[in-house]
Amino acid sequence: MELTLWTYEGPPHIGAMRIATSMKKLHYVLHAPQGDTYADLLFTMIERRGSRPPVTYTTFQARDLGGDTAELVKGHIKEAVDRFKPETLLVGESCTAELIQDQPGSLAKGMGFDIPIVSLELPAYSKKENWGGSETFYQIVRTLLKDHSNESKHTWQEEKRRPRVNLLGPTLLGFRCRDDVLEIQKLLGQYGIDVNVVAPLGASPADIMRIPNADVNVCLYPEIAESTCIWLERNLNIPFTTTVPLGVGATQDFLKELHEVLEMEIPQSVYEANNSKLTWYSNSVDSNYLTGKRVFIFGDGTHALSAARIANEELGFKVVGLGTYSREMARKVRPAAKALGLEALITNDYLEVEDAIKETSPELVLGTQMERHSAKRLGIPCAVISTPMHVQDVPARYSPQMGWEGANVIFDDWVHPLMMGLEEHLIGMFKHDFEFVDGHQSHLGHLGGKGDQNISKDDKRTNLQDSVIKDGNPIWTHEGEKELSKIPFFVRGKVRRNTENYARQAGCREINEETLYDAKAHYKA
Amino acid sequence: MSGATLLKESGPKEVFCGLTSIVWLHRRMPDAFFLVVGSRTCAHLIQSAAGVMIFAEPRFGTAILEERDLAGLADAHDELNRVVKNLLARRPEIKTLFLVGSCPSEVIKIDLSRVAENLNIELKGQVTVLNYSGSGIETTFTQGEDGALKALIPLMPKSDQKKLLLVGTLANAVEDRLISIFNRLGIDNVESFPPRQSIELPSIGPGTKVLLTQPYLTDTSRELKNKGAEIIEAPFPLGVTGSTLWIQAAANSFGIDKSIVDSILNPLILRAKQALAPHIEKLSGKKLFLLPESQLEIPLARFLSNECGMEIVEIGTPYLNRDLMKAEIDLLPSDCRIVEGQHVEKQLDRVRDSSPDLVVCGMGLANPLEAEGISTKWSIEMVFSPIHGIDQASDLAELFSRPLRRHEILNPKTLTSN
Repeated sequence: MELTLWTYEGPPHIGAMRIATSMKKLHYVLHAPQGDTYADLLFTMIERRGSRPPVTYTTFQARDLGGDTAELVKGHIKEAVDRFKPETLLVGESCTAELIQDQPGSLAKGMGFDIPIVSLELPAYSKKENWGGSETFYQIVRTLLKDHSNESKHTWQEEKRRPRVNLLGPTLLGFRCRDDVLEIQKLLGQYGIDVNVVAPLGASPADIMRIPNADVNVCLYPEIAESTCIWLERNLNIPFTTTVPLGVGATQDFLKELHEVLEMEIPQSVYEANNSKLTWYSNSVDSNYLTGKRVFIFGDGTHALSAARIANEELGFKVVGLGTYSREMARKVRPAAKALGLEALITNDYLEVEDAIKETSPELVLGTQMERHSAKRLGIPCAVISTPMHVQDVPARYSPQMGWEGANVIFDDWVHPLMMGLEEHLIGMFKHDFEFVDGHQSHLGHLGGKGDQNISKDDKRTNLQDSVIKDGNPIWTHEGEKELSKIPFFVRGKVRRNTENYARQAGCREINEETLYDAKAHYKA
Repeated sequence: MSGATLLKESGPKEVFCGLTSIVWLHRRMPDAFFLVVGSRTCAHLIQSAAGVMIFAEPRFGTAILEERDLAGLADAHDELNRVVKNLLARRPEIKTLFLVGSCPSEVIKIDLSRVAENLNIELKGQVTVLNYSGSGIETTFTQGEDGALKALIPLMPKSDQKKLLLVGTLANAVEDRLISIFNRLGIDNVESFPPRQSIELPSIGPGTKVLLTQPYLTDTSRELKNKGAEIIEAPFPLGVTGSTLWIQAAANSFGIDKSIVDSILNPLILRAKQALAPHIEKLSGKKLFLLPESQLEIPLARFLSNECGMEIVEIGTPYLNRDLMKAEIDLLPSDCRIVEGQHVEKQLDRVRDSSPDLVVCGMGLANPLEAEGISTKWSIEMVFSPIHGIDQASDLAELFSRPLRRHEILNPKTLTSN
């Protein structure tokens, strides 16, 4: 039993719903009690979808348990097939139905329908949402393609046509998938590569049947598509790319990998510096101020790994923390963290992540919506890079993360929360100006001075606790406090903490003006 | 009863389970903690419905069952004990801990009352541990509050004191207002249940007259009756008429002179009707369809039809308690169709066939209906908003007139021949 106040991932049947709702002409009968219907709002509210998920919940009740729940399940399956006329039927159960073992998948298969039936077994007490999504996609592809013969297949060179690829992995409630797909399609088009099928997002069962027509699978989101790509490679001999095109370097590597797998020559234009504005913006003098910015990264595996590379190689930040909530991705995240001299944080407990943020005192947090809230409490700028999805992560504008345009979006999204370089420089120059007295609120709106009117009562309580827990701390002298007050408010908290840490290490009972400068020298060294 | 047609329907439902009540109960009693004993689905449901992230340390959580908890019940009980003790060690401010049963905990028959009993012995009164079920196989949405209140009743001290007890969660501001009106009428001893602090429970006994503020408290009202309290029969305090009848019922029960009641309420009624007028203009003649969810559907329909002139197509209700709803149903127009239970697909077919101007529904259904051009109102808003009482009648009407007004702004009628 695990105490959970908040969870990064839902149960595995939510992953299955993401696949079902992403696709067309497919219906999912979910053996589940009425409360589980809440899941519809994830799609209709967070994604603002104008149609209901294609899901029939059996909504069995306690009084049904004494009787024949199997008949109840069959009734719902029949009604769903009659009403929605799907081309493929998914049948599964949520946590409660798993306990009563009606085996709805087997029931459905015995009902004599002439459509493919995919029976889902998603262990609700050990697995989570992304695993459920991945397993569901894999089961659909396997069910629909297991009898496919690959014998008459020819290469694009033999058939004298443009090469074709499938984009696998994008789903609803995935981070910016809608726009990533468009961006990658556009990118591939520029290199003369056609997109055969995009799945699960927007694909019908008939589209899944067309997957074998492609020369290569592009695994855009390994969390969802990796197991499917491996199966397609083993059984239908379709190779797949493993580089996720997030960031300039990764987009170049992705194009290089894809061209190699397709046996195409890599055009030099892949390496042109002006493909994405990120490259020049990051080289421009203004961005000097980004050098060595301490950044803490947490999210799903793919986005956390990519963020670490972009932060480290393309923006010149210093990664001070790297982690993921996705245990399936721990295998990849651990060595990446190690390469940065860090130990990866693998946890599903947001309070542990918040503690790690406090510990590393970063200048920027790249995380999920939960880290955005934690960072707000701590007064640290934050940009959201990963699921779980929030209505803010489905912007009206085109806002991909992948490809060249994705890199542009990332530059803006990550750098704007930080003080823009020139602005920071000016504030440093004019810090004694009347405008920058205590209480001046930066346009960023995060905690500065006394500008705490935006924080909830619960937030205030934690802050209060923070300031109360001071036992054993060195005492600030009047001179020390006076000198501290000259430091711009937005770094004052950090300077205070650093100085106190230093004083404790150095064994100072008092902090005066000199201690402050000693600490400054100590941390700069 | 009036001539309202009562129908029953069964099939796939689209409603929240009782766990969702935690969303407002934890705000009402900030010294209590609600620990759901359930699955990752339960945790995900509550965080999806409640916007949990704004809380540094929310006052609710889930003890998520894992594979090994399913193997042996003895171990599950021990595990729960461990989780509770960790939680209480970290959160010493908790005064009352509700162990909330869920679908999986009910199916595997975890005995929460036994766990609570043992914990109460161990904790020696530092924290009171209670239990109730919010499971979706037994409860719907607001019924969770019924369960939580019922669990508190055995702790209420006994007293023969004459008092008015308002039962059901109200917004604090509304509650203060209603109490001050009762005081003006001469009913001085007015208390609320649930209280604002879980440990400040009102006393109960033969002198207690209970006035229900919410229509979903079946078990609670029965238990209060068993404790000797008298349940005052009245419609619910929604709208001018409902609230007036509700206050009058209490005044009658306390033997307050009618002229005093009138002299105090009449100016409020007059003012409320003035405030209501612009909304009536917007709502009058418009067709309303209420899907089942909060159990407030019948009183809302009564207000919107009788006072705002809306035409009721159908009133869905998750379940119908004829005793508690009698006064409401009597006030409904005689041609009303009330459907108990749900077959969500057939009901949505009826929604489309009747092309209503406004549909009251759950959060999952709202946008799909909006996308079809049908204005909607979330039923969950009714349990969060201060809508009770004479003074709030126009605010309540505004909740329904706003979507219509918005629809008109965004879709101005063009002068075309069709």
